[in-house]
Amino acid sequence: MGQSLSVRHLEAWYGSNKTLKGINMEIKPNQVTAIIGPSGCGKSTFVRCINRMHETLPGTKVKGEITLDGESIYDQDPVALRKMVGMVFQKANPFPSMSIYENVVAGLRLNGMKNKQKLLASAEKSLRMAALWDEVKDRLNYSGMSLSGGQQQRLCIARALAVEPSVLLMDEPASALDPIATTHIEELIRELKENYTILIVTHNMQQAARIADSTAFFLNGELVEHGPTSEIFTNPNDKRTEDYITGRFG
Amino acid sequence: MRQSLNDGQMVLTNLLKEMGLEVERILKGCMQTLITLDRAQAEFWIAEDHLVNDFERQVDDACVRLIATQQPVAKDLRKIISAMKISTDLERMADLAIGIAKVTRRIEGPLCKPLIDIPLMAEKALVMMRQGLEAYSREDMELARNLAAQDDAVDHLYNQVVRDLLVIMTKSPEYLDQGMYLTFVGRYLERFADHATNIGENVIYIATAQRQDLNK
Repeated sequence: MGQSLSVRHLEAWYGSNKTLKGINMEIKPNQVTAIIGPSGCGKSTFVRCINRMHETLPGTKVKGEITLDGESIYDQDPVALRKMVGMVFQKANPFPSMSIYENVVAGLRLNGMKNKQKLLASAEKSLRMAALWDEVKDRLNYSGMSLSGGQQQRLCIARALAVEPSVLLMDEPASALDPIATTHIEELIRELKENYTILIVTHNMQQAARIADSTAFFLNGELVEHGPTSEIFTNPNDKRTEDYITGRFG
Repeated sequence: MRQSLNDGQMVLTNLLKEMGLEVERILKGCMQTLITLDRAQAEFWIAEDHLVNDFERQVDDACVRLIATQQPVAKDLRKIISAMKISTDLERMADLAIGIAKVTRRIEGPLCKPLIDIPLMAEKALVMMRQGLEAYSREDMELARNLAAQDDAVDHLYNQVVRDLLVIMTKSPEYLDQGMYLTFVGRYLERFADHATNIGENVIYIATAQRQDLNK
């Protein structure tokens, strides 16, 4: 099941550049939360803080608190945390030298799983959840790079799901895909929320409106507004949100 | 920013203004046929109905095009959806006006009384329609809210018209048919004003996303 996230007074820096300026946000379990905002507003930094990837870059700094079901993520080993908080990136990034099957089980192997039966069962389960199984079940040993862009992205989702996280972070997962592949990903996200808490960064307003239960609007490192998607896209409280979603700026 | 969407909304506003002018022309013409009992003119105006129907289709097409190509949200979306509703109101207002010309067709002989309150109702209803469209164009909520009081005045006149005609029909049964038809006219004009309040309600919805009943 998905876990809830609570973010309090989160601040983040790249060198002297403060990119997040005190974010407070509650993220409900088993919901899709969309993060929207113009380029450079801090939305990717925000999701990268949640699995502690931000702090891996030289010169970066994070302050504040993030809890996962009440437990601070900073009290946990980052590698163990990333098992619980999976991430899918904008550009599909299957490991180029690995087969489809090896891509999916890579995380499990890193975590020490060696039993072939278990690995195969887990690969099938993950590929089914990623709605890719039927398309690749007869060619699991083909290179991950042999798949189409949309399939590669679903492969990356399957890889993230294989380690059984409770939270899935997605940073513009469909921005490089055609409309059909995008629809596949969106349908998948809708199905996955039954078992996962999903945060998705997107520049596509209509995508956020279609798939997210709640939407957060970031601007200049601040959280301007966070509320039910139906309200954000019909009657936002803040004029800056209205100006952004109607395309008046950004 | 969003010049295409802004341009599209301007096209909608102008279409609705033109449609309003057409409705005004038809109502004035139809009222004149009633006052003068000119059946030939009544036929002319009845045949003009299609002009407003054409405007309604143009507004619908423009709205569908904007929704499909611009993916409007929030206030932009409310404004476009409201334009579709307002065009439907205007089309019905034209139908009601045409109803008056159809009454002219049926009235036999001279009028049972000089028409005073009915032309006054028409005048007030037209002012309301103009004001509703002006409120839409300027997104002026106060102008829109002001329509409620004007609608009350039209309702009051309608009640007066019905009372007067009932007295005539009771005293002079030979005017029963005519009295009934003129009551219809009063009803058409009262409904015309109600549609004008709908325009005002849409203006409030555009600005606030809230529904407010101006026709209580």
